Amino acid sequence: MTQLAIDRRNLFKATGALVISFAIPSGYTAADIGSAVKPALAPDQLDSWLAIEADGSVVAYFGKMDMGQGVDVAIAQIVTEELDVPLARVSVVMGDTALTVNQGGASGSTGVQKGGIALRNAAAEARRVLVDMASARLGVPADRLEVADGVVAVSGDPTRKVGYGELIGGCYFDLPLKWNGKLGNDLVAEGQAKPKPPGSYKIVGQSPPRFDVPAKVFGKLDYVTDVKVPEMLHGRTIRPPVASAMPVEVDEGSVRDIPGVRVVRDKGFLGIVAEQEWDAVQAAERLKVTWSEVPPPFPENSALYQHIRQAPVVEREVPVALGDIDPAFAGAARVVEAEYEWPFQSHASMGPACAVVDARADGATLWTGSQKPHFGRDGVARVLGLPADKVHGIWVPGPGSYGRNDAGDAGIDAALLSKAVGRPVRVQGMRYEGHGWDPKGPASIHRARAALDKDGAVVGYVFESKGFSRVDIDTNESDPIYSLAGQLMGLPLKSLQGFGVPAESYGFANKLLAWETIAPLLDRASPLRTAHLRDPVGPQIQFASESFIDEIAAATGADPVAFRLRYLKAPRDIAVVKAAAERANWRTRPSPNPDRNGDTLTGRGIAYAQHSGAVVAIVAEVEIDRRSGKVWAHKFTVAHDCGLIINPDGLRRCIEGNIVQGTSRALSEEVTFDRAKVTSVDWTSYPILDITEAPEEVDIVLLNRPELPPAGAGESSIRPVAAAIANAVFDATGVRLRRAPMTPERLKPALA
Amino acid sequence: MAERIAFELNGEARTVEVAPDTPLLYVLRNELGLNNPHFGCGLAQCGACTVHLDGTPARSCSVPVSAAAGTKVTTLAGLGTPDKPHPLQAAFIVEQVPQCGYCLNGWIMTAVALLRDTPHPSEQQIRDGLSGLKCRCGTHMAILRAVRRAAQAA
Repeated sequence: MTQLAIDRRNLFKATGALVISFAIPSGYTAADIGSAVKPALAPDQLDSWLAIEADGSVVAYFGKMDMGQGVDVAIAQIVTEELDVPLARVSVVMGDTALTVNQGGASGSTGVQKGGIALRNAAAEARRVLVDMASARLGVPADRLEVADGVVAVSGDPTRKVGYGELIGGCYFDLPLKWNGKLGNDLVAEGQAKPKPPGSYKIVGQSPPRFDVPAKVFGKLDYVTDVKVPEMLHGRTIRPPVASAMPVEVDEGSVRDIPGVRVVRDKGFLGIVAEQEWDAVQAAERLKVTWSEVPPPFPENSALYQHIRQAPVVEREVPVALGDIDPAFAGAARVVEAEYEWPFQSHASMGPACAVVDARADGATLWTGSQKPHFGRDGVARVLGLPADKVHGIWVPGPGSYGRNDAGDAGIDAALLSKAVGRPVRVQGMRYEGHGWDPKGPASIHRARAALDKDGAVVGYVFESKGFSRVDIDTNESDPIYSLAGQLMGLPLKSLQGFGVPAESYGFANKLLAWETIAPLLDRASPLRTAHLRDPVGPQIQFASESFIDEIAAATGADPVAFRLRYLKAPRDIAVVKAAAERANWRTRPSPNPDRNGDTLTGRGIAYAQHSGAVVAIVAEVEIDRRSGKVWAHKFTVAHDCGLIINPDGLRRCIEGNIVQGTSRALSEEVTFDRAKVTSVDWTSYPILDITEAPEEVDIVLLNRPELPPAGAGESSIRPVAAAIANAVFDATGVRLRRAPMTPERLKPALA
Repeated sequence: MAERIAFELNGEARTVEVAPDTPLLYVLRNELGLNNPHFGCGLAQCGACTVHLDGTPARSCSVPVSAAAGTKVTTLAGLGTPDKPHPLQAAFIVEQVPQCGYCLNGWIMTAVALLRDTPHPSEQQIRDGLSGLKCRCGTHMAILRAVRRAAQAA
């Protein structure tokens, strides 16, 4: 690497002035400016976001992660667009804490929406600087230069040119950016350059394929489960048979015949390690443990909703309170009321979580599939008593992730085991841990009331949710108090409170939207602790609120689409409802379907939702077998507006995944438990949508809005799925199902 | 007690010395160093560990390694290469099927056998033939398109 003279570095830092004065003598090579040494990783350094290699290829450093929806491709498109380089020359490094800034990890569908901002700004700034450098090199003012495929050339004289690689390749910009001081999702960094106007986009809006698909299809992609490091041991954790029980006595003799087994115990945390993975699995199964006698902590499963109804409120918030509710209801000609119920649901990722930690006295390395490796690094540092900068977090794709699943717990487990045995340890859960011990999506009830005047107009509207907190376990694992191991070890507890309200724009004059949280069923190391699961609390809230909108429509004899359009205020909301209805050939009539004879009942339902800058309307069409009560949601029509679209094909597949997972959760998924433990611990006891039950068609209408910034799409379209199906079930049968999932057992009796 | 067990793995003769009741999956992943197939459930419920034994899909998490003795074991990585992709792999790429992709062994290895035995399946035959496999990301629609595409290409 070329050694740089300090004055030249400083000269380069004053690039803006140089352009005007053309003060750089000719004959400078790229290595003469910038820095040969990479500045320390910090949000306010251009080099933290982008690197130009000697061959002119570009590396983008992204502090969020792709969970399989192609966010990395979208980021590469954004960088490509701003830098004018070929897409094939851009690679994206994700989630390595030594190489990427903490942009919050995968979080709330903000990969493009928020994470893309810094990358877009950085790429624009890099282009500006590179053009200035080329200007100095070629002796031509910047406004007479143009860039194509990473080569800066003089307008009208393409023989006078210089490539990005020649200008800076292999060296560093060493250029400060402005940043807003916020690590995580809200981080914004920017240079002097203004990004291009969307009207000029060439790559953004196209559909280049995913980078990782071929490797996955050829069985060549390494997951976090595939990480192997020298001297690595295999670890497994042992969870109590009755939640809250503590190990009283551990009989290590019970596994003495298995070679190399070591037991690790720290208060309630219990694990084993072995040289061979299969030995570890068997040892964890066979280890004889005497557990403390504790009263079973949970109510009967059948009493769950009664428990929620009666539980004291921990926190209440009223995010929307418009007009005067009480007089509106007092003067109502008619009041419509309903209550809805949503169960605990599991992430049920394809593989139980896995992590590898190499804990040494002076530092540690964490390999994690967590959505938030920077925060995972912080959590491992804390539990090991190390400064965060001594822990290197490396993100490797995990076996599926839809929020705060069990991945964070695995990192802490591996750290504790590695520290105890002084060797790197790989931990992977067993299936019963993936289903039974992951943080759960919260169970809830939702009470809705509408006051109608004598003409059936809505004059008052109240929607209140009550349930377990969406953040009993925080959104990330940066503090071990939010890990299973930390709680088993007796760390102090700090349950956070949060829920949500319907995301809609119904213009009801007197309107109140509120939520209430209740205490967890078990405050420590609970298999029913609650946290973010894809579109945290969105599916349950919108299941209730959009079902209830249909109930009001039915009560007033209104068509469900017409009813929504009568009250919706936001133009984009109106547009998606219209677009979905039109595309689905929606025939205007009230529900239910007047033709409800025969063995197969058919119906259609609509539901819609906003989601953090996106808006989605879905028409579901169902066929119901009257004799079994089984619902087949055979067709979905989705109108989707997430602002500017970066990659339409990727977006369509992302939406399909949302629809299928949403259908699964609406029709099949319910965590079950007894007084002692979770009893839905595998794919038989926690069924998800089978391919025989998949829709025939998911028809997607994309409403591109180049004038708007891109919003997230990772969760938006799962939000209204359950309500669209519930409304279609009502249309087909005249039966209103107010409890999810909408299983045959629940529908059949009503069809008799 | 450990025993010597020999089989052909993706076209190469391999011998391992392991307890014969060890699940094949652990032998493939650890003794033989494959990073694929995957542990999904250990209960033969999801398919993430699916391999072929003499062309028949088997859930390697629940098959003892002794059952592989003398057979031809084929994994997803042994099915085809970027230069010579199996038609199903080609179709899964064209359709950009996987999201997290952890489940792919099950879908592709099962579909390979399905299309071999039923080259021109009906929609119902495709769905029935793949029933029971799990995909948590919900790529069902793309899986169906890819299998239909591969069937049409055959």
